[in-house]
Amino acid sequence: MNASAAHASNTPDGGPYQAIVIGGSSGAIDVLNVLLPRLPVGLRAAVIVVLHLPRDRRSLLVDIFRPRCALPVQEAEDQQPIQAGHLYFAPPDYHLLIDSGPRLALSVDAPLHFSRPSIDVLFESAADGYGDKLVGVLLSGANDDGAAGLAAIHAAGGYTIVQDPASASMPTMPEAALARFPRQTPGKTPSKTPSNTPGKTPAPHVLTPEAIAARFVQLHAQRLL
Amino acid sequence: MPHKTKARIADIEQRLLLDAIYHQYHYDFRAYAQASLKRRLQSALTQFSCKTLSQLQDRVLHEPAVFTGLLQYLTVQVSDMFRDPSYFLALRNEVVPILRTYPSIKVWVAGCSTGEEVYSLAILLHEEGLLDRTLIYATDINPHALRAAEQGVFDLDRVAAFTENHARAGGRSSLSDYYTARYGRVVFDKALREHMVFSDHSLATDSVFAEVHLISCRNVLIYFERDLQNRALGLFHDALVHRGFLGLGSKESLRFSAQAEHFDDFVLEDRIYRKKAGR
Repeated sequence: MNASAAHASNTPDGGPYQAIVIGGSSGAIDVLNVLLPRLPVGLRAAVIVVLHLPRDRRSLLVDIFRPRCALPVQEAEDQQPIQAGHLYFAPPDYHLLIDSGPRLALSVDAPLHFSRPSIDVLFESAADGYGDKLVGVLLSGANDDGAAGLAAIHAAGGYTIVQDPASASMPTMPEAALARFPRQTPGKTPSKTPSNTPGKTPAPHVLTPEAIAARFVQLHAQRLL
Repeated sequence: MPHKTKARIADIEQRLLLDAIYHQYHYDFRAYAQASLKRRLQSALTQFSCKTLSQLQDRVLHEPAVFTGLLQYLTVQVSDMFRDPSYFLALRNEVVPILRTYPSIKVWVAGCSTGEEVYSLAILLHEEGLLDRTLIYATDINPHALRAAEQGVFDLDRVAAFTENHARAGGRSSLSDYYTARYGRVVFDKALREHMVFSDHSLATDSVFAEVHLISCRNVLIYFERDLQNRALGLFHDALVHRGFLGLGSKESLRFSAQAEHFDDFVLEDRIYRKKAGR
């Protein structure tokens, strides 16, 4: 169950990270369009994305992003082994979870925050599986899905990023996540890199879409992603 | 306590609880996908006012009623009638013409939960004129769900969605022909139930009980780890007649399974497979 246990042992605190989980709802697709095409080939982490979608039709996310991304892009399948440098989207009307292996797992459990897939479901199971080897990113959205999940990633010592609400077309979701942490100035990055000492991990990094993309590139250059 | 230690203890507690359930009640959740199970167990903790899974284990072992309640958390799936209409449309257009060639037809809905899919299939087969010579075995491990399925009663506020799905599944009649509405609920026609047999059966611990032409098992295997998926698919293979059909959930596939070589893709986009000849 503890996906990180088998994979990461003698690594320094705060990375390298094995996965980036990204959640968003309305307004997030434009942000993904800034972030995902910038992810470089050779990324050491897998990228797993939950976007709230209409339940009753096929998702077009793979069609949209495959031609724009350097990384291989696919819709998540149950039991699929998670590969570094691959990008996975949650399918509509299924929750996406991280199981031991690490593998992708799907469920049709009840919607959470009226959403299936739910960001909390992915984030909480990823926090459980990857512990402090995880980056969690919460984007624009109109409800509070993802807030509890981001807090879980934070509590497990992961690296957390919240889209600057001022830059979000729907700020509810990032604001709900930030409400769980002491206030800080948007755009300002906490000076300390995250440690896995509980309670001492800095609050989420609050960044614009451009700055999130730049942060990914920077962490990759530092061999942390 | 460090977060990692807490997480490790929670994993140990989960394994011990599942062992306890297996030894005391003979329900085997040990090879279920642990991430989903963990979410369900966490919500059960709140319900049963327990702080830890160890506390829950104590109650489960000593209070059978707590286990009965917990079983609802671990197993109940809520589906919709005609969920994924294109699946039912593919059954209607591609599988029914072959089923029609058999003098009598047996269908197995494995993991039928509260029966939405069983009634959907019965209605589809009725519309195609096959129900009179069909027997549908509907199995689940949850006795409460089976009883609910047998009642054929659903909340009225779900029926609008069912009706839309039914139409998109190529429905040749009105769904309302098959139920009567009262007190905020609908009750499906008893005539449908005469072609259904509901039975307690576990894909984890039981064996094959009949020979069938079509197995529909959708969104059940996603709750299993790979070994248990393979066991279930092995049962399906053994239960199917020569060139019988297997329908899975829209995001389930045989691709990662050891059983893949025993099945042909039949309608791949709707996850309908056909048993290979010769075994």
